[in-house]
Amino acid sequence: MTFDLVVQQLANGLIVGSFYALIALGYSMVFGVIKLLNFAHGDIYMTGAFVGLVVFSAVGVWLGNGWLAVVCALLASMLVVGLLGVIIERFAYRPVRNAPRLSILITALGASMVLNGGALALTGGRHFAFNTDLGYSGIDISAVHITYTQMILVASALILMGGMQTFISRTMYGKAMRAVSIDMGASRLMGIDVDRVIALTFFMGSALAAGGGVMAGAYYGSVHFFMGFIMGLKAFTAAVIGGIGSVPGAMLGGLLLGLLESFGSSLPFVGSEWRDVFVFGALILFLVFKPTGILGRSVVERV
Amino acid sequence: MDTEIVLSADQIVTRYGSVQALHGVSLSVKRGQVVALLGANGAGKSTTLRTLSGLVPAASGTVRFLGEDITRIAAHRLPHKGLVHVPEGRRIFGEMTIRENLDLGSFTLRDDTERRRRMEHVFEIFPILARRQHGDARNLSGGEQQMLAIGRALMAGPKVLLLDEPSMGLAPQMIREVMNIVQRLNREGVTILLVEQNSKVALKFADYGYVLEAGRIVLEGPGSKLANDEAVISAYLGNVAA
Repeated sequence: MTFDLVVQQLANGLIVGSFYALIALGYSMVFGVIKLLNFAHGDIYMTGAFVGLVVFSAVGVWLGNGWLAVVCALLASMLVVGLLGVIIERFAYRPVRNAPRLSILITALGASMVLNGGALALTGGRHFAFNTDLGYSGIDISAVHITYTQMILVASALILMGGMQTFISRTMYGKAMRAVSIDMGASRLMGIDVDRVIALTFFMGSALAAGGGVMAGAYYGSVHFFMGFIMGLKAFTAAVIGGIGSVPGAMLGGLLLGLLESFGSSLPFVGSEWRDVFVFGALILFLVFKPTGILGRSVVERV
Repeated sequence: MDTEIVLSADQIVTRYGSVQALHGVSLSVKRGQVVALLGANGAGKSTTLRTLSGLVPAASGTVRFLGEDITRIAAHRLPHKGLVHVPEGRRIFGEMTIRENLDLGSFTLRDDTERRRRMEHVFEIFPILARRQHGDARNLSGGEQQMLAIGRALMAGPKVLLLDEPSMGLAPQMIREVMNIVQRLNREGVTILLVEQNSKVALKFADYGYVLEAGRIVLEGPGSKLANDEAVISAYLGNVAA
């Protein structure tokens, strides 16, 4: 593998990995607090991309197609889709929170279908162009051109994740989130409004996924109703690799998965159509040999 | 007035699904008292505490705290009012540090100065917690975890503390230490409702005691009187080691 190829794949892997990490974070946070594999999370990401595109097109009239419009789209989408996450939790998941585990899992599949089917109905299944004007200037490392856009995307993802990590480790509500994920009953005895903490978790997780959706849409220049499906699976994989329920684990898992995918598909005799094989191969290996992931702890079932 | 009733249950009935755990339990706790709630395994002691603190809803009956009907008030709103429950099995947050556990005890407090003051007080009572404040709570011994559970409850600034079997699983010396602390807290003005299976430990300093059997209060009286009624107590509690 030449130096150029390594640099190129490192850049590709970090970009796609930071998208994975953003989505995996919400996946992992939700799993942490209510032990639910939120199958709708990939569709939340897709919805985020669409909401971002709508806002981007709307504000584009005044702000043009540059960074200002993208940032507006990003923030608006994070807010709107964060609230959507709260609504889904409130009306779909909360009523079955204390029912047998399978009920909420099936409810999550249903929520996924509603979002996915809704998007299909509204968009007719077409691809929509997300035409940004972010430019291709950047820096050259040897023969590899890395654009400022790519660097800004990765940096933004890292800032969002860093902010989330700081929130969770430093603030009272962040501590409450961890407490709820460890012991919901004991958390109530601390005076923690568990429902509110769960709603907050859904808001933040969904907002991060929406942020990832807008970034991915702007970066690839296209959004599609089915884009959330594979992303949901990969975010799940990233969360498992990092250790599901662990916030730093989700970030690490996302970045590792992105790198694995980009380097794997650049191996000799292996094309990029093989990249999902690496992803899901890794998922299977982790589930078999290290189901708690890199940074995860085994979950003790409490009676 | 030192005879004011701060916490009372009036004919509370609690069910878990179709199983009725409490069949009309009434008790009252006066300001400044230590009240013991005794009974064998499964008699309904923990269920009584859980009903008082709102963790399980009462099917009927009334719970009053400081004159207010709190029967239907959500569990998470009670610590702020001054009713704090230290649950059975300690239920500390093992993967979090001792300091974070204490912080969470004062979750509803907005005043950081007051939070620091309370934490210093907890560290003064439990020096071991101060020494290990940055370590994970799960690395504490059983007795130390009980201290953390009590310290965490103190962070809420309790007027009444509900203690569920603080002696459970502890060595005799550690039991004495924990009980000394309970007495100290009581002297500092905290009213205490203490659930114990170990009646000898509890009746040593309880002002008043209740004995539960199969979800009903079957015996009550001043602590000293119950302590002398050892035969009756052991009939209800079974063979309890000191």
